[in-house]
Amino acid sequence: MGFKTPLYDTHVAAGARLVDFGGWDMPVHYGSQIEEHHAVRRDAGMFDVSHMLAVDVTGGGARDLLRRVLANDVAKLKEPGKALYSCMLDASGGVKDDLLVYFLGEQGYRVVVNAGTREKDLEWLRSHAAACDARIHPRTDLAIIAVQGPRAREKAAGLIGDHASAALQLRPFTGRELAPYFIARTGYTGEDGWEIMLPAQDAARFWEELRSAGVAPCGLGARDTLRLEAGMNLYGNDMDETVSPLESGLAWTVAFDPPERVFIGREALEAQLRTGVARKLVGLVLEDRGILRSHQKVYTQVGEGELTSGTFSPTLQRSIGLARVPAATGERVEVDIRGKRLAARVVKYPFVRNGKALV
Amino acid sequence: MSSIPANLKYADSHEWARLETDGSVTVGISDHAQGALGDLVFVEVPEVGRALEKGAAAAVVESVKAASDVYSPISGEVIAANPALGAAPELVNNDPYGEGWLFKLKPGNPDELAGLLDAEAYGKVVEEAGH
Repeated sequence: MGFKTPLYDTHVAAGARLVDFGGWDMPVHYGSQIEEHHAVRRDAGMFDVSHMLAVDVTGGGARDLLRRVLANDVAKLKEPGKALYSCMLDASGGVKDDLLVYFLGEQGYRVVVNAGTREKDLEWLRSHAAACDARIHPRTDLAIIAVQGPRAREKAAGLIGDHASAALQLRPFTGRELAPYFIARTGYTGEDGWEIMLPAQDAARFWEELRSAGVAPCGLGARDTLRLEAGMNLYGNDMDETVSPLESGLAWTVAFDPPERVFIGREALEAQLRTGVARKLVGLVLEDRGILRSHQKVYTQVGEGELTSGTFSPTLQRSIGLARVPAATGERVEVDIRGKRLAARVVKYPFVRNGKALV
Repeated sequence: MSSIPANLKYADSHEWARLETDGSVTVGISDHAQGALGDLVFVEVPEVGRALEKGAAAAVVESVKAASDVYSPISGEVIAANPALGAAPELVNNDPYGEGWLFKLKPGNPDELAGLLDAEAYGKVVEEAGH
């Protein structure tokens, strides 16, 4: 038996098929993964992501700590509420985790980390916090519900009373404390929506209210096809401690400026840039019939690579994936699927954004 | 509760087999199997003319999440593969014992059919899989 979120009983009662995800018993779907996917692209869906951990970083040295442990630079966050996506690296430039950090103003920062890495991340943050007068508060008292889709905000806004107008005014990639909620206009689907943190004891009631308001419960299965269509990396699949963000399509999240900022992994990344980054992450669309899956071998004109994520795209009605390939890979590759080499095209991702196909 | 028609034979790996009046055997996956897999998005059927051993990997059914092998419940030669599944793999979800059939065999040894599970025995397999 794995860990359970505050919504576990709700999922069981709804007939969800449960799977282990990073040690947590989580719903993979409630009947049809594809219908859940379409609900988010076309209307409104919700995900229990309470297995992820919010961590508040406070104290006079909070900013210094995050500027040291994150590859992106929280000094970019000038207005309270602004969010930043970043990798947290080890000294060799390997990705320990990817996360979102919200600037809370004088109170400090809120970081949201992945389920499978939460204990490791806490240990890492604590080990570096002591040197910079920062304190680490894991918010295990909070549940997190992501409501996503073109109609998600309007449907959820009716359930938060007087906070509705303030919440609807949130700009993309910002969040705000609207007690008892923390509401952020962020997500992992390529659609508009909110990620809502709230006291764990209120989660089941709020989930039921969302359902009554026409927000479809969606499992981690749809979350995976949505994020892959949106071209968003999944930690543990598309990157981990064995690769750097530069090899993972995440160079845009590494802040080398200002040059005097010392962050963990910086030297290793600079060395990679000097010698040339050998591999890159690319998007693939399978031209032949079949389904791309992680770990399938990719053959290119300049060497071999590997699928890191692959699925059937419900929006595009064909198979898409992400692959780590030699940096000089061109537009055409082949993928080994059960011993057959099938043709795939290298494309820029995202594959889908705001309901529209981009490839 | 999934449907388990009494007129079919089953393998404990969740395939069904049906003896047709012309002596051929039609093969598919059970209602329980399609439910466990979830929405199917791709089906790879065997080529006509291929000789299959009993228990050989004969077809692949892929849901959004994963690929699963389908094993031939008996030995025989493939004489037909369901042409509709290329465009409509969801037929296996919607009608696993009808429109969602996978392939037809000319049995190599008709006695093998008698060795498969009947509906009651297969029902026990499904029940145990649920625990």
